[in-house]
Amino acid sequence: MSVISKSLTVFAAGATAAALMASAPAIAQDTETIVLGAALSITGKYATAGIHTQKGYDLAVKRVNEMGGIMIGGKKFMIAVKYYDDESTPARGAQLAERLIVQDGIKLMLGPYSSGLTKAIAPITEKHNIPMVEGNGASRSLFTQGYKNLFAVLSTSEQYLTEAIALAVKQAIKEGRDPKTLKVALAMENDPFSQDVRLGLVEDIKKFGLNLIIDDKLPPDLSDMSATLNKVRALKPDILLVSGHSKGAALVTRQMAEMRVKVPMLAITHCESAKVTDTKKFGNNAEGTLCAAQWAPSMAYEGEWFGTAAEYTATFEAEYGYVPPYQAAESTAAVLVFVDAIRRAQSADPDKVRAALVATDLNTFYGDIRFSSVGNNVAKPMILRQIQNGKYVPVAPSQFVDGEMIFPRPGS
Amino acid sequence: MDNIQILIDAPSLALQLAIDGILIGAILALAAFGMALVWGVMNIINIAQGEFVIMGGYATLTLTGLGIPPLLTLPLAPVVMFVVGWIIYRIVIFRVVDRDLFISILATFGISILLQQLINQIYGPDIQAVQSGLTTRFFFDDALRLPEIRMLAVGIVIVFGLGLAVFLKSTRMGRAIRATSQNPRAARIMGVDTDKVYATTYALNAAICGAAGSLIVMTLVIGPFSGIVYTVRSFLIVIVAGLGNIPAVIVAAFGLGAAENYAGFILGAEFQVAFVFGLLVVIIVGRNLLLGRQRKYLK
Repeated sequence: MSVISKSLTVFAAGATAAALMASAPAIAQDTETIVLGAALSITGKYATAGIHTQKGYDLAVKRVNEMGGIMIGGKKFMIAVKYYDDESTPARGAQLAERLIVQDGIKLMLGPYSSGLTKAIAPITEKHNIPMVEGNGASRSLFTQGYKNLFAVLSTSEQYLTEAIALAVKQAIKEGRDPKTLKVALAMENDPFSQDVRLGLVEDIKKFGLNLIIDDKLPPDLSDMSATLNKVRALKPDILLVSGHSKGAALVTRQMAEMRVKVPMLAITHCESAKVTDTKKFGNNAEGTLCAAQWAPSMAYEGEWFGTAAEYTATFEAEYGYVPPYQAAESTAAVLVFVDAIRRAQSADPDKVRAALVATDLNTFYGDIRFSSVGNNVAKPMILRQIQNGKYVPVAPSQFVDGEMIFPRPGS
Repeated sequence: MDNIQILIDAPSLALQLAIDGILIGAILALAAFGMALVWGVMNIINIAQGEFVIMGGYATLTLTGLGIPPLLTLPLAPVVMFVVGWIIYRIVIFRVVDRDLFISILATFGISILLQQLINQIYGPDIQAVQSGLTTRFFFDDALRLPEIRMLAVGIVIVFGLGLAVFLKSTRMGRAIRATSQNPRAARIMGVDTDKVYATTYALNAAICGAAGSLIVMTLVIGPFSGIVYTVRSFLIVIVAGLGNIPAVIVAAFGLGAAENYAGFILGAEFQVAFVFGLLVVIIVGRNLLLGRQRKYLK
């Protein structure tokens, strides 16, 4: 009994110390701290992206505090984030959000990683009327619930690949071909995110009058795409669009080459997490693939705190030793949105901050941020990057990038 | 039904679907051999089968990371997995081998969850793949194609199938395994060390799965949570083929692979996995009806 109680005490002390370390990085005595809360996937299946998210938050906190924090009524406030590990499970995420708000007294929340977790946490923040700014929940369904406290800095999922349709149409016109003769093939995973991506695409396919010839829904536990790709081979579409998280990206990259499927344009999501440019895993099979991204280091965006996208990238790389993926960038942007709103509200009170958030009009290294009435960012487009000589080269939308698409993709 | 029309218009495509299916079925056959062996000898349905398979893939991934050419890891991954299988037997399986089927299903289910999370901790949740360095051969003006790595898989399945048959028929350990599967008590009385037989059987299963995983990481992709696909497929194949019938396992695996591909093509990819489960139900019900009829006949 005594052994158990002793080890419990030690454990509790350790946990408290860890929590303190996480939430209070060396603060001068005459300043106060505004603590933001976040449940993040530090372990479990979203751990890789969850840790990118955490680093994005941490970098923003560090930079803002280094540059003097936030001035409210002549008084200096530092910021900090209190984290819990949601183990990549929605139920745990919801539980921890409740705990952050009720037990830890957090008044402002940062988002978790992934649409699924955000979906689990949004009802909790809504119930307690606590504003949440998130950078990693893109599902369109998050913004149809009428949430008043949810603000997302990223583009929503139905926008992920629509730029590719526009690009195909542009290419057809350039070649003097009627865009209405273009044949489109979709292979979208049967999960909420990819089906949102599909909805956006189907809308645009109708808008431009293109022909949808393949519309396959990949089961989430699919391990082989050869049935779909055989169909693509037989029907020869002009553009193939695939969304199936990193598994879909990896499978299509590998099997297109193995089966020698020739499509002039291939646009997919999740290139980065599938590491399709890694020649050890995929050779140079990904060459010419168009990849959807929320953000890239070479974008011509600029803002306070971090300067340009390139400068942000350099800062992040110096701190963590790798180029920031967009998950990190959008997380940093989420913190900056809070900082901006707190400064304009001159308060950390949730109601005042929410009112300020609604009126956000911010330029950041991550892109421009303005929220619609349902809370999604309407000022920043998705970008498409083409893999050229093993490097990601942004090729669309044309007003933000200077790269040229190589058409048709090599080997087709 | 446009998709059926495509198949009729392009018979080479229909043939290609069958070939693709058979080539992927070859890899499934390996996992099914192992499952049939453990089920038949030890009366254990190994739910962790899929995890053994993907661990073979991770073994190949790790070994290639050390600078070993991917194809050379094909014989090494089974060795690694043999050791893993042996250790798991010594820690858990020997405790449940004489108990009823339900206990061992629970135990192997637990092992499967544990292994998934362990892989996730060590390698992270990302999808992994290894480039084999082999290419695809094309015939008849690209109308037909045979990826070399998948042909290699068929070769390995046949070698393993024959090897297993010879091993069980003519080696001392093979005879001990067969004796134990027929009647463990009698085998023990005759001086067979059944504990060692069980350990060898279980480790052998892990080794065969290791070979399958090594092939999968070079043909498709693996992730910490993609094992279940292979557990279900090998279970299905064993149900169809029965225990202790190696040629039937190969035929069933090829058939399942081809059927799955046709289903994916004709019904759409969203029904490909559903079709497999549907088939499982149909086969189990069908088998029961057949058995029922035989019993009536015997009465």
